Amino acid sequence: MTAPSLRRYHAAVWDEPVVLEMGRAGRRGMVFPAPELDLLDGAAALDLVPAAMRRTVPPALPEMSEPDVLRHFLHLSQETLGMMGISLFGTCTMKYNARLNEALAMRPEIAEVHPLQHEDTLQGVLEIIHSFDLVLRELSGMDQFVFQAAGGADAAYTHACVTRAWLAARGELGRRDEIITTIQTHPCNPATAATAGFKVITLQLEENGYPSLDALKAAVSDRTAALMVNNPDDMGIYNPEIKEWVRTVHAAGGLCFYDHANFNGVMSRIRARELGFDACMYMLHKTFGGPKGGGGPAVGAYGCSAELAPFLPKPVVVRDGERYRLDVDRPESVGKVREFLGNVPVVLKAYAWARSLGAEGIREAADLSVLGNNYMEKGLLAIRGVSRSNPGIDAWRMEMTRYSLEELYRDTGITVFDVQNRMVDYGVDAFWLSHEPWVVPQPFTPEAGEMWSKEDLDTWIAVLAKVCEEAYETPDLVRSAPHNQAIHKIDPAPLEDPARWAMTWRAHVRKTGRAG
Amino acid sequence: MTIPHPFMANAVDAIKAEMLAAVGALSVEALFEQIPADHRTARPLALPPALRSEVELKRHLLATLRKSETCEDNLSFLGGGCWQHHVPAICDEIVQRSEFLTPVWGTPSSDHGRNQAWFEFTSGLGELVECDIVGLPVYSWGCAAGHAMRMAARLTGRDEVLVPRLIDPERLSIIRNYCQPEGTAGRIAVVEVGFDPATGVLDLADLEAKISARTAAVYVETPGYLGVIEHQGAQIAEIAHAAGAELVVGVDPISLGVLAPPPAWGADIVVGTTQPLGVHMNCGGGVGGFIASRDEERYAREYPCLLVSITGTTEPGEVGFGLSLMHQSSYGSRENGKDWTGNSVYLWAIANAAYMALLGPEGFREVGALILARARYAAHRLAAIDGVAVRFPDGFFKEFVVDFTATGLTVEEINRRLRAEGIFGGHDLSADFPELGQAALYCVTEVHARADIDRLAETLSQVLAR
Repeated sequence: MTAPSLRRYHAAVWDEPVVLEMGRAGRRGMVFPAPELDLLDGAAALDLVPAAMRRTVPPALPEMSEPDVLRHFLHLSQETLGMMGISLFGTCTMKYNARLNEALAMRPEIAEVHPLQHEDTLQGVLEIIHSFDLVLRELSGMDQFVFQAAGGADAAYTHACVTRAWLAARGELGRRDEIITTIQTHPCNPATAATAGFKVITLQLEENGYPSLDALKAAVSDRTAALMVNNPDDMGIYNPEIKEWVRTVHAAGGLCFYDHANFNGVMSRIRARELGFDACMYMLHKTFGGPKGGGGPAVGAYGCSAELAPFLPKPVVVRDGERYRLDVDRPESVGKVREFLGNVPVVLKAYAWARSLGAEGIREAADLSVLGNNYMEKGLLAIRGVSRSNPGIDAWRMEMTRYSLEELYRDTGITVFDVQNRMVDYGVDAFWLSHEPWVVPQPFTPEAGEMWSKEDLDTWIAVLAKVCEEAYETPDLVRSAPHNQAIHKIDPAPLEDPARWAMTWRAHVRKTGRAG
Repeated sequence: MTIPHPFMANAVDAIKAEMLAAVGALSVEALFEQIPADHRTARPLALPPALRSEVELKRHLLATLRKSETCEDNLSFLGGGCWQHHVPAICDEIVQRSEFLTPVWGTPSSDHGRNQAWFEFTSGLGELVECDIVGLPVYSWGCAAGHAMRMAARLTGRDEVLVPRLIDPERLSIIRNYCQPEGTAGRIAVVEVGFDPATGVLDLADLEAKISARTAAVYVETPGYLGVIEHQGAQIAEIAHAAGAELVVGVDPISLGVLAPPPAWGADIVVGTTQPLGVHMNCGGGVGGFIASRDEERYAREYPCLLVSITGTTEPGEVGFGLSLMHQSSYGSRENGKDWTGNSVYLWAIANAAYMALLGPEGFREVGALILARARYAAHRLAAIDGVAVRFPDGFFKEFVVDFTATGLTVEEINRRLRAEGIFGGHDLSADFPELGQAALYCVTEVHARADIDRLAETLSQVLAR
């Protein structure tokens, strides 16, 4: 393969001021109609506020014209690389966000719908939610899905809440107080388990790339409430003993939750319920084509077995003949984990994605994402300084692989952060490193997905090869990167210094003594 | 597959063959060797037929969506945690920009524009609520309140919080989940404080009776769930602080051009919603929440959400932004972090930032005054109808309680009749607040013209007379 020639990329540089220092006194960006005076029998509107609660000092917001506000935010958008370049951010399954779905989500039939409307007036929305529930049931084998959780972590939290309710119904809440997870399972699982009041047991990896069954058997007991686990993990290793894991936890009396963050490579080939899991979670803003939005609005679709369904957050959308309704009469429900029905537009987008692909397309997407990942491996391992996690495991990886730049770091002192900062100079956005703690030193984790072309993957590899070459030959060029970006490398020290950090403009003004 | 799917660049047989050859595998199927045979699906996927063409897919989705009715085609007075406010066209334009719509995490340089937009979200809110720390958004107001209770418990080492009886039942349910059920380690008891039946404000005697050395936080809202402006802020703060508790205040920030920022009367932690600031209702998918406080290290170190800070760069005079205190998040510390964080509503934060920049101080004053005036007018018109009364008639912002008990009709029946006339009546409170009788929560905002309110009053008079 001939390496593709690299483009002469340079980010837009706008030196855009912070909006709070923009504008001039007296300018307006939005005006409202004046209230008709006779509405109040001549009294001033502000008299309606009890005297003690009136605002006396106006908020120090900018005073700007409407076009100036628009141009400011357009400039900021141009100073954001994201998927304008190539982004193979592992674990997040970067994929195409169909613009048809965006256009439909802006229509009043979804944007201007109130969640407390009578269900007779919500039939379209409820039909989409229910239809997508059926899609996920078919993919997972579960009996019921809800979409209230506002992200993958919130779905893990939902599982912790459902587990509490299930335990309470059996009189075991408080006695079964341990949740077992693995070091390669996403941090939101132990974190939400702990927030829900559980103790966390974390199993470490062993030579096969996953914790041993013996370790699990030693961890389970009559205090086990649940197992929360990813599979495959984000090194691309599938745990072939996972069915035995589920049997072991069930035998001890606990539940099994499948965090399907890494579903893209296995979709259509396995079903969580057939493996024995009681519940699972899909991220609709990742695997199912919803946009990331830089971190939401998102949906963690939570599905479970019929046994756990009574404990689900409510309401649940159900179909009665030709009509859809909201089932709120669920006395064992955990109630709410977030207001209303969840991020409904994201459910619409995920449903649209599933309908566009169909069963055949979903399988094709899984195939291409696994093919793409293994294709990349050949090119990446040819780069000096790059090695693969679990070098002893001689098997094709799933949809992503964890690599290491340890050798590059030892040889040159260049870190994965330096490499990220240099790759963005070529229009390739940061790679994912690894969750904390790093099991693999100097880690990076690309995920090819099904959207990116072979040419994109080749370019990504070529950019990494170029940066690694620079690390050996001109390390200062890499260490001082980026050079072609919206701004240079930030100074991280103030971020951790109470005297200097400033999470708002007003704090910045106060701490720097500058005029506001 | 003969025709490649338009979303997949490599779904061309020749390309797949090239890639397979480079990999050195005989088939794509071979690449799945890690999955044992007995793990494979028992039966193939049975899904509805694919709608690969955009033209077919659009037709299907639109036909389905049109089975719902909207607040554009009907006249809606629904509120209660999700509100119909005007969304400036610029907010829609900005959140649909691909650069903001599609990315996840880059570097501080490649994410610079977005990080700045996030900082402008926290900074704008910081001016509205007069807090020097504002976190990046959390899922919703209820989730923000839940996290704030846990922050207060950690800050004080106490295990009970006091919340108002007049609170959104959905928000209360979330708070109860975040505070954990009895029998779990680290549980925080949630105790309700009553209200003054004449005005809807907090019953201070009940607050005094219930506050104790166990109280981690006193939580109040203004405007409250039923629209009432809590005017005893300073007294509540005094009672909370005398007992060593944190005062956590929930607000609707669109009111803050006319209402005092909570720290001005004693709030320690401020939480609230972000949806009114330039985000559509989205069938409840528009909600978002925030947490804010003074810039004191003891508060900063308890935030569960991400925090963005301004900083410099290697270039003198250049401004950049980065995430602060990542180590205390669940990303940094797993189960030892502060609660948890993850994806939230970060795209809406950019809409919020644009909204606050558009309105400026005068815009917030104007919209607040307009809402106050129109809501008051609506309350007057409805109260003049036979059998209809307005509860807590003084000191509300955009929502108020309409009591239909004397009409002899249920809210459900009245709303059914209104619906037939193209009006979505106020949210039925009778199940959640039986002590209020057959009552509904009406919401009036800047989108309601005087003619809309007149139409509501006239239609109500007619349907009640049937």
